Amino acid sequence: MSRIQYPEAQFEAALLDPSRPVPEGLYAWNGSDPTARFDVYRNNVIVSLIEALESTFSVVLSLVGETFFRAMAREYLHRQMPDNPVLSYFGGDFPDFIDQFEPAATLPYLADTARLEWFRVRAYHAPDAEPLSFEALQQALAQPERLPTLGIVLHPSAHLLQSRYAVVSLWAAHQGLLQLSQVDPMLAEQALILRPELEVEVIPLDDASARFISSLQQGLAMGSALENTLSSYPDFDLNSALVTLLKRRALLSFED
Amino acid sequence: MKTHQLSVPARSATSTERAVAHQSPVGTPPSERLPRSGGIGLKPEHFVDLLESRPAIGFVEVHAENYMVPGGPYHHYLSRVHQHYALSIHGVGLSIGGDAPLDEAHLQRLVTLLDRHQPEQFSEHLAWSSHSGQFFNDLLPLPYTEMRLQRVCEHVDQVQQRLNRQILLENPATYVQFADSAIPETEFLSEVIARTGCGLLLDVNNVYVSCINHGLSSRDYIRALPHERVGEIHLAGFSRDRDAAGAPLLIDSHGSPVAEAVWQLYEFALELTGPVATLIERDNNLPALPILVAEALQAQALLEQQNSAARTAEARV
Repeated sequence: MSRIQYPEAQFEAALLDPSRPVPEGLYAWNGSDPTARFDVYRNNVIVSLIEALESTFSVVLSLVGETFFRAMAREYLHRQMPDNPVLSYFGGDFPDFIDQFEPAATLPYLADTARLEWFRVRAYHAPDAEPLSFEALQQALAQPERLPTLGIVLHPSAHLLQSRYAVVSLWAAHQGLLQLSQVDPMLAEQALILRPELEVEVIPLDDASARFISSLQQGLAMGSALENTLSSYPDFDLNSALVTLLKRRALLSFED
Repeated sequence: MKTHQLSVPARSATSTERAVAHQSPVGTPPSERLPRSGGIGLKPEHFVDLLESRPAIGFVEVHAENYMVPGGPYHHYLSRVHQHYALSIHGVGLSIGGDAPLDEAHLQRLVTLLDRHQPEQFSEHLAWSSHSGQFFNDLLPLPYTEMRLQRVCEHVDQVQQRLNRQILLENPATYVQFADSAIPETEFLSEVIARTGCGLLLDVNNVYVSCINHGLSSRDYIRALPHERVGEIHLAGFSRDRDAAGAPLLIDSHGSPVAEAVWQLYEFALELTGPVATLIERDNNLPALPILVAEALQAQALLEQQNSAARTAEARV
């Protein structure tokens, strides 16, 4: 009977903790200590997963620098390994982790920057869908008495980001769209992240539009969503908001 | 009777078909497999370049897991590319070499993906990558025991039945060996192929890397494999390290051009396998598309030499 039939459990523990001895029963043809060889696997696992996070959270990476990012990602991986091989969706709770990560507390906008980047990945891979047509909107607006009870379904790629910090501008500055020195990170910003066709768009929103979209996302019919928005933003113009969202191709359908 | 023999394709794909034929429903007609030409690993950075320049390669290969998403540009571009090139989908996450049961959810993702893109070929690795609900994103080694051999065969059978097609299994690059391994890797692979009817994805770089790492002869390794079952060849670059005793330790890093020694080993392999679809794999330090294409065409030139050698041999019959 052999000693180890199922080495996976030992691998698992030793891969993630370099202070542990390597699994039993490993050897090298030349009799050398297998630790140096096992370290190749340790390195592959950690580095490839850190790189997966770097590719999703590239603006976070440039805000904190590679050394800090790698240390933070390593901590994250110790708590949260991927639970399946689809790495495009690995890191969904990395923003929450950043929120709680003490050494990043001096950058309060970091977690929301990560959320924006996460939403961009979600939008990029979201289901494709034909946006609501202008004719469908015209029809709906032609029956104003029905509007209050209608719900609006947003495009499947649409994600609303609401932040107490200027993460939309910070993100834009890292795309070369504006000067970083012009950004005051402590100003609240909102954006709709959307991919109507092949490109992900980050659309800055005013407070009222963000409130309206957030109300729709909560499943409120248009009447209640409007009420909810007008209570804080009495100047909100429903028709122009709908037309803007339609032009941006952010709407999918109406729902009774 | 002789005319029948003459109508058999130059490469002895027949034994593969025979092995597969009794294993209904597994089995893909050769016409749906990859062309015997050069191909490249397709990266999103090259989607547009490839569609615009349309280089004279025969096929592209993508990692299955990157495309297990509902929509978006990846599927859009892959569909467009597949209109012009044969497609190989290469899985890195099934954990076929693991002892644990295959992840049913992941198998289902694979079924969905293959239904959507209808690739000419699907391949996976003799390795494991997940354990107890954690995915390690690396191709980890397994002990070559009789028990593990049975387990791997069960896994390959299960995958081939779920996907309703023959798959190719790739030989691994490894850095350690198990004291418990009782079966040489080449024999283990040959047994899996014989028992399940799957094909072999011969990664020549992995052969070279593993053989240097374990003090073996890479030519003997290739000689010991079932050449008629090779459905695809991989070529890639490695990086160099040293083990604790200072012996060379090669890392299968896919971050540099194919090494000269690997080209030579490829030529040696081709003499045994005949012309086989050959992929240039590059996952890191991605160069511009023409550089990858040039490597694929270098492989293609060697394949054409094989093709004309095969034609000459046929003409002599």
